[in-house]
Amino acid sequence: MDASLLDWSRAQFALTAIYHWIFVPLTLGLAVIMATMETLYVRTGKEFWKYTAQFWMKLFGINFAIGVATGLILEFEFGTNWSNYSWFVGDIFGAPLAIEGIFAFFMEATFIAVMFFGWNKVSKRFHLASTWLTGLGATISAWWILVANAWMQHPVGMEFNLDTVRNEMVDFMAVATSPMAVVKFFHSVLSGWVLGAIFVVGVSCWFLLKKRHKEFSIASIKVAAVFGLLASVLSAWTGDTSGYQVAKTQPMKLAAIEGLYEGGNGTGLVAVGALNPEKKSYDDGKDPFLFRVEIPNMLSMLATRSFDGYVPGIQNIIDGGYVTADGDTALSAAEKMARGKVAIQALADYRKAREQKNEATAQTAYNTLQENVKYFGYGYIKDVSELIPSVPLNFYAFRVMVMLGGYFIVFFIAVLFFAYKKKLEGLKWMHYLALLTIPMGYLAGQAGWIVAECGRQPWAIQDMLPVSAAISKLSTSSVQLTFFIFLVLFTIMLIAGAGIMLKAIKHGPEGVEISK
Amino acid sequence: MKNRLPVRIFNFYLEGFRQMTLGRLLWAIIFVKLFVMFFVLKLFFFPDVLSERSGGLTKDAYVASELIDRRAQ
Repeated sequence: MDASLLDWSRAQFALTAIYHWIFVPLTLGLAVIMATMETLYVRTGKEFWKYTAQFWMKLFGINFAIGVATGLILEFEFGTNWSNYSWFVGDIFGAPLAIEGIFAFFMEATFIAVMFFGWNKVSKRFHLASTWLTGLGATISAWWILVANAWMQHPVGMEFNLDTVRNEMVDFMAVATSPMAVVKFFHSVLSGWVLGAIFVVGVSCWFLLKKRHKEFSIASIKVAAVFGLLASVLSAWTGDTSGYQVAKTQPMKLAAIEGLYEGGNGTGLVAVGALNPEKKSYDDGKDPFLFRVEIPNMLSMLATRSFDGYVPGIQNIIDGGYVTADGDTALSAAEKMARGKVAIQALADYRKAREQKNEATAQTAYNTLQENVKYFGYGYIKDVSELIPSVPLNFYAFRVMVMLGGYFIVFFIAVLFFAYKKKLEGLKWMHYLALLTIPMGYLAGQAGWIVAECGRQPWAIQDMLPVSAAISKLSTSSVQLTFFIFLVLFTIMLIAGAGIMLKAIKHGPEGVEISK
Repeated sequence: MKNRLPVRIFNFYLEGFRQMTLGRLLWAIIFVKLFVMFFVLKLFFFPDVLSERSGGLTKDAYVASELIDRRAQ
């Protein structure tokens, strides 16, 4: 397969996913914050909270309108650029996405209308329920999308059908509630909540900077910062759980994240470090780091829940021979590649035997494939170096995410401290810091997804289908063309959305109580 | 006489849309976006590759041949 086609197709998918993830987390975060504010309105009866909720609702609506359906482009790309993949995943990917489309989308579409049109037309409590259900609809959408993504990271609950060349779901609950899906859902949604809180604090601080809407801003900041602090702490916890799952199911991703070439027992976590740019190959003997500050035994603790646990490095994973989390002895990459080739040959033999109506040979080939199916994707790997994701990209993206995550906790604590000490209004540096933190919130989310997706390369489906086999035979120029079309369209859309959002923010909240 | 539920729901939406201000612009953006996505991008740039390129083979046979031919030698 042409490497240029593969690179452009991956770049196109990454571009679309990155743009999509600009809108989704803010929708998830603002939904909960505005619903919390409306709850305060219903409970206290104060009109102040109604107008406060309405302002954030307006920004939610703008973000929702600009972002809605951007995810559909990803589905177009599956069908055109990744057609082998689309066929191969069968109903496993289709079922969650269909549920997402039918159930969650209609739930959002119904209740979002009540939320925006229903003030003064339905009861307070019905309106409040609609606001919460709008957020719940968006969150359920995220659940099904992340179930599909988690299956690609850790395929479970399926059987490979040799006649249809598709994976068929045999255990819906295993797919829908796999540990990978659960941690991915909570970690992703919580990161959206953190971004929503950062956004509310940042915009409110802009009002304080401009000496407008003081009471509204301080009240919004208090609600958002409490919510953001809670979400940040939970996000760190789910991040740890997510790392534990990655260690069990995607050890190569963990090794790349840590720049860990030689693993062992009692492995340390690199807290701060710089990779050696001279290191070009896993077996060139060069030190992977220019410098590093390690926390002793911490990687073992995070990955195995034991300070002395064994964590394999890149070299160990390629050589095999160590005991995995399941208690098995890990095969070497060369052994997996050999078994992958046996699996693909068995598929060829099976289909040929079926054409010739030779059922005995077909059965033998079927059995051979089932014995080796978990290594199917390794049959496409020409060189073991293809199994190693980009170490610098994963190493640095992971640290950007983690360091920003830690910063957000400190940020929310500081915001709450100054807000409750009634000093926040006069702290200009804090206002600027809050504004600067908004892009950091987006950066942390994108860095997290870079780790999740680039860390599992070369796999479209972990161990079963590499991207080189998943991709469609297209001309590179056609993919380049659509890449640049998307770049232009998405950028126009983003600029338009940001413009409308800024105009709405400058206009400020409405209502006599807070318009001063 | 009280209107029936479907009529009340229809009126609810109708009044809501009529009273929109910023919402009109946002709906316009949504419609333009959906038009571009489904009537430009999907029609001209995102064909169903398996239907178009399987060359007389069934989809499963085409994908099987792709997966078998691309294996490492």
